Amino acid sequence: MAKILVAIKRVVDYNVRIRLKPDGSGVATEGVKLSINPFDEIALEEALRMRDRGAAEEVIVASIGPAETQQQLRTALAMGADRAVLVQADAGAVVEPLTAARTLLALVEREKPQIVILGKQAIDDDNNQTGQMLAALWDRPQATFASTIELKDDKATVRREVDTGLETLEVDLPAVFTTDLRLNEPRYVKLPDIMKAKKKPLETVTFTDLGVTPKQQVEVSHYEPPPVRQKGVMVKDVAELVGALKKRGLV
Amino acid sequence: MAANKILIVAEHAGGALNPSTAKCVTCARAIEDGEITVAVFATDGSSVAAQAAALQGVTQVLQIDNAANGHPLAAVLAPQIAALADGFTHVFGPSTTFGKDLMPRVAALIDTPQLSDIMAVESAHCFRRPIYAGNAIITVKVPADLKIVATVRTASFEAVADGGAASVEKRDVQVDLPTHTRFVEISAASSDRPDLQTARTVVSGGRALGSADGFRILYSLAEKLGAAVGASRAAVDAGYVPNDMQVGQTGKIISPELYIAVGISGAIQHLTGIKDARTIVAINKDAEAPIFEVADIGLVGDLFALVPELEKQLA
Ligand SMILES: Cc1cc2nc3c(=O)[nH]c(=O)nc-3n(C[C@H](O)[C@H](O)[C@H](O)COP(=O)(O)OP(=O)(O)OC[C@H]3O[C@@H](n4cnc5c(N)ncnc54)[C@H](O)[C@@H]3O)c2cc1C
Ligand SMILES: Nc1ncnc2c1ncn2[C@@H]1O[C@H](COP(=O)(O)O)[C@@H](O)[C@H]1O
Repeated sequence: MAKILVAIKRVVDYNVRIRLKPDGSGVATEGVKLSINPFDEIALEEALRMRDRGAAEEVIVASIGPAETQQQLRTALAMGADRAVLVQADAGAVVEPLTAARTLLALVEREKPQIVILGKQAIDDDNNQTGQMLAALWDRPQATFASTIELKDDKATVRREVDTGLETLEVDLPAVFTTDLRLNEPRYVKLPDIMKAKKKPLETVTFTDLGVTPKQQVEVSHYEPPPVRQKGVMVKDVAELVGALKKRGLV
Repeated sequence: MAANKILIVAEHAGGALNPSTAKCVTCARAIEDGEITVAVFATDGSSVAAQAAALQGVTQVLQIDNAANGHPLAAVLAPQIAALADGFTHVFGPSTTFGKDLMPRVAALIDTPQLSDIMAVESAHCFRRPIYAGNAIITVKVPADLKIVATVRTASFEAVADGGAASVEKRDVQVDLPTHTRFVEISAASSDRPDLQTARTVVSGGRALGSADGFRILYSLAEKLGAAVGASRAAVDAGYVPNDMQVGQTGKIISPELYIAVGISGAIQHLTGIKDARTIVAINKDAEAPIFEVADIGLVGDLFALVPELEKQLA
């Protein structure tokens, strides 16, 4: 029975303008809206479509995070995932990409999926690492920044968004994919689905259950705001704009 | 002997070294007591290796020729880099799609964390990098006993100049290479315009351009200015322009001297891509558009009238 594993991370919603704690010790997340990382919604949508086309029987969503991550997993179940696994981390604990990848590898070994889909990057830490690390540890192909994934037998043809255009790769399954924004447009969750999702299985496990020792190796010593750009001038017409550009020696 | 031995993975295509490599060298030179080696993986890397050897500050170039290295596949390159990394304290690649795809795979094989998008060097083990789409900058420290694998944020460093004369050495790296990943093709949206990531001037269009046809007035203006053309995600999603023109958090991060944003609202994800631009000009019909908060020069009005007018007055 072919399975698809999707990794989702709980992050500050992309619409929130983050604030730093005044003492520079972190980002204020109190009372801030948290959501599924947008790239992971795309990952889940792709998995659901694959399943619904008959390429797999089951879509499993997994997340590593605090107990409250259950909310995002329930949303994923409401979107259509079949079951969810929460690897519970301490509140406030930092899960580095290498630890996330090791944990996902343990789940991969347990569930034996044909396909694993992650977001290309989590929009909080902007790391863009976990999928590639998982593929390395698993010793399987990776096709990152995917904008189309076509499955055929035990292979996938993937178009990737790269700096110079679109690259096409062929990979043998099982494989790891990471999503780019244009892979699909995730569905909206409907109210009846939220009710149905309450009955779907959501399992909670610990790192120890999976035989993983979480490591924090990168020490973050300080958070600061980026330098602010000075507010500029408004010009009233094109002539004035051209004048300003010439004065700065830009044209 | 130098305390810090830095290996930089060269990015190249069609026999030409990508300028991102020279930017990585600048970053590496900021590390005290360092010695810089550039590794070139190719089928025949002679020409690229010669270009890398000419970069100031590079001591040595390793040329790893292998038929399997014809296209940069992370699954194929990573085990070779991991094998080569013995004896190095740092392994750097650019924060381009090439480096972002590759370096985490290298780090996992070496069993060490990876730092993404380093924008400043504090010391050999301490760096600064942006998070939350550049809305916060963090200082990160890696214990001295760990190898540091990192991607270098190319918009934060100038390319190092030529003038060096490093030695080039051919290396044979003996590791098993996987065949589970195969290159099929690359479709480059070819254009004669300057490259978005290195252009001095960039003209970008947003959703307001309305169609692929609508972008013509920007291409025309860009030609007059010798500029590259970029776009917002909305314009790419709508199919007006190809994906490689997207500027922003999930597109290209650029640092031109002059950036002209036309019909772009200025969402934070877009602004992430242009924070390092020297001068930002915004043309938008909505005086309240957030782009005006970061623009050095703003002009309110209808772009379909203003852009052709601008082109005319630049004559
Ligand atoms: C995870 C994530 C990642 C993202 N990454 C990126 C990214 O990398 N890059 C990016 O750009 N976006 C990105 N976005 C999308 C971003 O949030 C915005 O939706 C997008 O930038 C909006 O594009 P726009 O400014 O072209 O369109 P709009 O926001 O629709 O703005 C159009 C502007 O045009 C103006 N206008 C309309 N008609 C005219 C006219 N005739 N003359 C002059 N002005 C006119 C309007 O006043 C408006 O300000 C991302 C979003 C998410 C969730
Ligand atoms: N704590 C986590 N739990 C589940 N998935 C994660 C976690 N961290 C990262 N991921 C996955 O890895 C992707 C890339 O994250 P990152 O490497 O942190 O940018 C995300 O889009 C998720 O799919």
